[in-house]
Amino acid sequence: MMSGVKRILVGIKRVIDFSVRVRVKPDGSGVVTDGVKMSINPFDEIALEEALRIRERGLADEIIAVGIGPAEAQQQLRTALAMGADRAVLVQIEQPLEPLAIAQVLFKLVQQHEPQLVILGKQAIDDDNGQTGQMLAALWDRPQATFASRLELDGAKARVTREVDAGLETIEVDLPAVVTTDLRLNEPRYVKLPDIMKAKKKPLELTTPAALGVTLPAASVHTLKFEPPPVRARGVRVASVAELVAALEQRGVL
Amino acid sequence: MSAVLIIAEHAHGRLNPSTAKCVSCAQALAADGGSGIDIAVLAADAATVAAQAAALQGIRRVLTVERPENAEALAAVLAPQIVALAPAYTHVLGPSTTFGKDLMPRVAALLGVSQISDIMTVQSVRRFLRPIYASNVVVMVEATGRIVVATVRTASFQPAASVTGAAVPIEAAKLQVALPTHTRFVSRSQVDAARPDLQTAARVVSGGRALASADNFQILYRLADALGAAVGASRAAVDAGYVPNDLQVGQTGKIIAPELYLALGISGAIQHLTGIKDARTIVAINKDGEAPIFEVADIGLVGDLFQLVPELEALIRARTKAKGLP
Ligand SMILES: Cc1cc2nc3c(=O)[nH]c(=O)nc-3n(C[C@H](O)[C@H](O)[C@H](O)COP(=O)(O)OP(=O)(O)OC[C@H]3O[C@@H](n4cnc5c(N)ncnc54)[C@H](O)[C@@H]3O)c2cc1C
Ligand SMILES: Nc1ncnc2c1ncn2[C@@H]1O[C@H](COP(=O)(O)O)[C@@H](O)[C@H]1O
Repeated sequence: MMSGVKRILVGIKRVIDFSVRVRVKPDGSGVVTDGVKMSINPFDEIALEEALRIRERGLADEIIAVGIGPAEAQQQLRTALAMGADRAVLVQIEQPLEPLAIAQVLFKLVQQHEPQLVILGKQAIDDDNGQTGQMLAALWDRPQATFASRLELDGAKARVTREVDAGLETIEVDLPAVVTTDLRLNEPRYVKLPDIMKAKKKPLELTTPAALGVTLPAASVHTLKFEPPPVRARGVRVASVAELVAALEQRGVL
Repeated sequence: MSAVLIIAEHAHGRLNPSTAKCVSCAQALAADGGSGIDIAVLAADAATVAAQAAALQGIRRVLTVERPENAEALAAVLAPQIVALAPAYTHVLGPSTTFGKDLMPRVAALLGVSQISDIMTVQSVRRFLRPIYASNVVVMVEATGRIVVATVRTASFQPAASVTGAAVPIEAAKLQVALPTHTRFVSRSQVDAARPDLQTAARVVSGGRALASADNFQILYRLADALGAAVGASRAAVDAGYVPNDLQVGQTGKIIAPELYLALGISGAIQHLTGIKDARTIVAINKDGEAPIFEVADIGLVGDLFQLVPELEALIRARTKAKGLP
């Protein structure tokens, strides 16, 4: 291989599907998950798609999809295998972990598999934390290129265009590095039925933090209560632009 | 007793308004009679930004960290310097802008704690409210680590006022920190400085997929000009290439809190609504009377935007003229 990378690690988090209107349990202890559709975090689909395209350009040999979560998270890893990942690892743990702990587990996997590139989502759409990639890069003492909308590999370097508040920013990082995906990086492919069949034969390794030798840090953030957000009062309907302007004047915003 | 360090966001010698919002959040923390709020300005040349920071009401002092490597805000370069400043503080805050979202988790990890992302409300020095699930859920969280590292949801806080004349001390911090060279700035797109900034504008006019082309967005820009408004967009409009990415409003774009928000041809997906929940007045124009945007709109108008938006622009301009307004 000319100037590519040997291995890419991709994070695959199992989350409530983006189309679900999430509701808080009446006792405020969490959100309703019974009978709710679960999916791969959309940003992680984008991460995997990018890895697949890099491999398809002949610039990577192997893609490992890694998930940390309950046994059910194997479903999302199977989907990742069907999309085209070569193998998958589930670090099984029932209770949710905070971002620093996730980053520590990922760091252990990075030490074990020595990828040249780790691609994660910019945020998981359940907890909306947006921390893990930056934390992994910090623990690993390697570059981070967050919110990527374009990724070009160039030998031992990567050039990444990032979606920032002021527009687009391009940085260059030495590999290995952590990249987190933004929406415009690519459009993930759909999984085809034969690929689902093929994916059943691909290796999906089950392990645990303890088996990996990770001592999870003491939690630094505790969630005490879940609440529904305040609702906006219902508004008015107007029938014309003139009525609209009058309503705006009445509210004192014009 | 809390001691809060705020990491200033700045570019081209100008302090970003997000920093003044962090000061308001920090003031809520310091309500326990804490020892104060400092602002750190990391820059190649910090003087002009430091002077702006020093004018913010309620702070104790400004620390400058000047190094040529700080010319661009690269998280991997800034983080170890912030970590070197951190031992004197109970809290380190940054804004939940792309600057803070990139930087603060790296700082948190180096300090051995998870970050509190997007503080909406300060309940006590260690208890905060923050949104999850695209703001469909609000959680109360407690930070129990040895230091609190957090980003501040800028739409939830008013900016602290600037006072002229009463500036606080500006001190140069001398740090012995080795900086990595593995991350290098290459280039940045030009910002359209002629228009109000989406994140701070009092009025925002946003368009969705219904606009159907970049050219059609011109009718929106004209309305925005008539209103003195910034322009925003839904993800669908950005994905389709009608407008640049920095106009995206929503869960994974910008979270804004203008006085007036006009959603034109936007259906009102939860991911979009997250970005506008704090707007004072939401107006929706949509040809589908059942569109979810009407559930949150204060004023709704059902109809074709290609007809209604030019009409609205004409009416606003006529009104401005009649009142002799600028
Ligand atoms: C991970 C993830 C993150 C996301 N993040 C965001 C985000 O940050 N921001 C965001 O906006 N979205 C986000 N989305 C996308 C979101 O789910 C919706 O797909 C998107 O907001 C829809 O954009 P839209 O309202 O412009 O388009 P549509 O949903 O297609 O709505 C178009 C609307 O225009 C109306 N219309 C059509 N023609 C006319 C006309 N002539 N006059 C008047 N009305 C007309 C239609 O009735 C319709 O209501 C995200 C999705 C995912 C999965
Ligand atoms: N439990 C997990 N399993 C696998 N990847 C994860 C997990 N949690 C977070 N990640 C990765 O980190 C990204 C950012 O997550 P977060 O920091 O939680 O918003 C996600 O898009 C994933 O790529």
